[in-house]
Amino acid sequence: MTGHHTATGSPFAPHTPDETAEMLSVVGADDVDDLFDIPDPVRFDGEFGIEQRSERAIKRELRETLGENADLTEFLGRGHYDHYVPSLVDHLSLRSEFLTSYTQYQPEITQGFLQVLFEYQSLLVELTGLEIANCSMYDAATALGEAATLADRVRSTDGHRVLVPELLREERRDVLENYVAGTEMTVETVPDDDGNLDIDALADRIDDDVVMVYAENPTVRGTIEESLGRIADLAHERDALFTLGTDPVALSLLKRPADVGVDVVVGDASVLGLPTSYGMGLGLFATRENFVRQVPGRLVGASEDRAGNRTYTLTLQTREQHIRKERATSNICTNQAWVALRTAIHAADLGPSGLVDLAETCVTEARDLAAAVDDVDGVQAPVHDRHHFREFVAHTDQPAPAVAGDLEAEGYAVHAVGDHELQICVTDANAGRADELVAALEEVAR
Amino acid sequence: MTKFDQARWTNEEDDQYEPLLSEKDSTEVEIDGDSPLPDDLTRDSLELPELSEPELARHYTRLSEMNYGIDSGPYPLGSCTMKYNPKFTEDVAALPDAAVHPDRSEGSVQGTLELLHGLQDYLARIGGMDAVTLQPPAGAAGEFTGILVAKAYHEANDEGHRHEVIVPESAHGTNFASAALGGYDVVELPGGDDGRVDLDALEAALSEDTAALMLTNPNTLGLFERDIEEIAEMVHDVGGLLYYDGANLNALLGRARPGDMGFDIMHYNVHKTFATPHGGGGPGAGPVGVVADLEPFLPTPRVREADDGYELFEPEETVGKVHGYQGNWLVLVKAYAYIARLGDPGLRDASAKAVLNANYLGERVDYDVPYGPYHHEFVASAGDQDAADVAKRMLDYGVHPPTTKWPEIVPEALMTEPTEIENRETLDQLAAAFNAVSVEDDGTLAAAPERTTARRIDQTSAARDLRLSWQSLEE
Repeated sequence: MTGHHTATGSPFAPHTPDETAEMLSVVGADDVDDLFDIPDPVRFDGEFGIEQRSERAIKRELRETLGENADLTEFLGRGHYDHYVPSLVDHLSLRSEFLTSYTQYQPEITQGFLQVLFEYQSLLVELTGLEIANCSMYDAATALGEAATLADRVRSTDGHRVLVPELLREERRDVLENYVAGTEMTVETVPDDDGNLDIDALADRIDDDVVMVYAENPTVRGTIEESLGRIADLAHERDALFTLGTDPVALSLLKRPADVGVDVVVGDASVLGLPTSYGMGLGLFATRENFVRQVPGRLVGASEDRAGNRTYTLTLQTREQHIRKERATSNICTNQAWVALRTAIHAADLGPSGLVDLAETCVTEARDLAAAVDDVDGVQAPVHDRHHFREFVAHTDQPAPAVAGDLEAEGYAVHAVGDHELQICVTDANAGRADELVAALEEVAR
Repeated sequence: MTKFDQARWTNEEDDQYEPLLSEKDSTEVEIDGDSPLPDDLTRDSLELPELSEPELARHYTRLSEMNYGIDSGPYPLGSCTMKYNPKFTEDVAALPDAAVHPDRSEGSVQGTLELLHGLQDYLARIGGMDAVTLQPPAGAAGEFTGILVAKAYHEANDEGHRHEVIVPESAHGTNFASAALGGYDVVELPGGDDGRVDLDALEAALSEDTAALMLTNPNTLGLFERDIEEIAEMVHDVGGLLYYDGANLNALLGRARPGDMGFDIMHYNVHKTFATPHGGGGPGAGPVGVVADLEPFLPTPRVREADDGYELFEPEETVGKVHGYQGNWLVLVKAYAYIARLGDPGLRDASAKAVLNANYLGERVDYDVPYGPYHHEFVASAGDQDAADVAKRMLDYGVHPPTTKWPEIVPEALMTEPTEIENRETLDQLAAAFNAVSVEDDGTLAAAPERTTARRIDQTSAARDLRLSWQSLEE
């Protein structure tokens, strides 16, 4: 017997038959099956019918399976964005010391990851102006849910109403509803005024029972919210928290949340670091210092070791589920740490100039593409008389689903968001194909 | 025994290991009249490090070398199931066709849907469940999903008054937190003298108010709940549901299935059982399986076969969504590839060797192991020693220590799970580390570790004097 690879076992269990026999004799069993203390009626002796394949066969299979996806140029956004991810991010984040490690419960041997997470938290502190950022939630929707439960804990009002924009991605609203399902909180909507939150409607709806007001910048329709300060004032007059949904690229250019009265920032930070990845994300969560003991998720803090050197460690763990159980600030345990690492590397690679340039590109490319689309017969864009970031809504004279379907047949994916409304998203990743999209639109939108 | 020294760079002038990026460079970019937006919509400036690519490559490479992963050495962290992560799964997750936007039309992502459907099918077979959702992005998110499904089921049956979820005291803390997040009162179930569920205590805890019992089997002591059929019957008799925490499923692969044991809902920790990288604390994925009665309540959308390919659909009485999109897709791709690599024989061999390894290592360590026989993990007691100190000292021997001080029912617990990936030689090395530490004095333990990047870290002052960003260090 030469190799460790048994013909029929797990390729990752290295025991030779001799070794197995010796180990069995040490534990005093004749057969491995004897080690299983499982009553007969619930023993499983059947087959799953899952064929064991070689690495090569699986690669071929998945190349073929995933190859069935249509080759489309995506102009899709609405909360999930594609920016070019530099090769540096892959090569460094795939270093196995990062990739194959666990939560940093032993900080003395996990200083590398802890420092990256500390740097990630610092990046968000600079971008938001808030003092506290955790080192990840799952995605924007679950981060919003956690913000609501935080607001309910820290606000002393009798009521439990949460106000969100009517122009909120349905999926985010849906997740939020589930996060508040176990509480007394209720979610209500505020209509929009030409793509921004309707301030008068907000003023009408807000009262002392509101624990949190949520807005987004940019909004799901790509407009830049122009009344953040007013929203904050209205929320604070009623002792409600103001939570803002956004992302790190937008934050590089748009108003600093702390400067306009935002109490909590949530959103998806994987716009830096991940390719589109079918919606896999990285929940961003930042807030004010006075809420630090109510923050969900993990926090990395600086400390010192015995040698007097600065080190990093997970801190305030008494908030977490492994210590406080049902009284924890959140049930989150496994989070998105490795995606946070990728986001931190991507942001560091861009640097402040690169981040601002990328954000400005998101404004200028959207503006230019909207103008070009507006020139197409049968299409008017943008429908909102606002500044835009990455994306905009266009009116189509023809039914929008049909136009989107025809565009797909030509190789382009856009959102159909209404009977006669398309939404188009442009970033550095697809801007080079924008002229082709316009040409295709000219063919199909008439 | 292996001699271990972890990498570190020390700047003796300012007592620092690898400096923060902000200490290497800091650049402030003004946002002024050249911006495409008016001033009142933009920030004034952005101040962040601006380093060259070679500088960044060295920074992150150095940090990676100051980090211990499963590729660095043994990682017998109980209940966390740290297994070797095969490299080819990263290659399949990086296939260009895997990178698609979640709002693509169903017709244009048939490959993605086919893979999701295939994984749903694999997991259903492995767990003995009728239907699976892949949406929950982590194990705890799976628990929360299961709680939402249980609640929706009871409400649909006019049993919405049920307000209690029973959780054994030794269960994962997430069970308690997830049940509470779902709005349930948590009833803690004391353990029996043999480390298993005490049927009398369970009888006392069960009532018309019981919505569910959350259980892992084998439990966190590594013990199989031999009375599982009776437990299931008792829970079902009062109208409750039985929830399976999949954290320890690795011990049962191909040996027993939660569905056959009477569990109604379960979550799978694919990042544990099916060896997808934990990535320093995530992403994971926590698919949830249910029996047929509960299928209508699963999160939307789900994937099914259609006349011509695959389609998304909304279950009739869906609880809604637990993730903005379809969960942690890249993790799911890796899980599919891993399961395919093992197939039936590999899955069965994994549990065989995981259980063999735990029993072998348990036999070899000199610390007392109060319960047995154990499956994939055992909980040793450090006795008079402080388990946290034992862990710090084990770092010096080049191994990641076990989980410590939990479950609390074993004094100074050392919860150890070697998994199937270690050979006898490594297990002997692990045992040697345990045994060397077991006879060391408190002074030696308190002074540890010495060979790691950092010496013993003061976690108390980190919590007392909070510094959570480089900005706070400058204050």
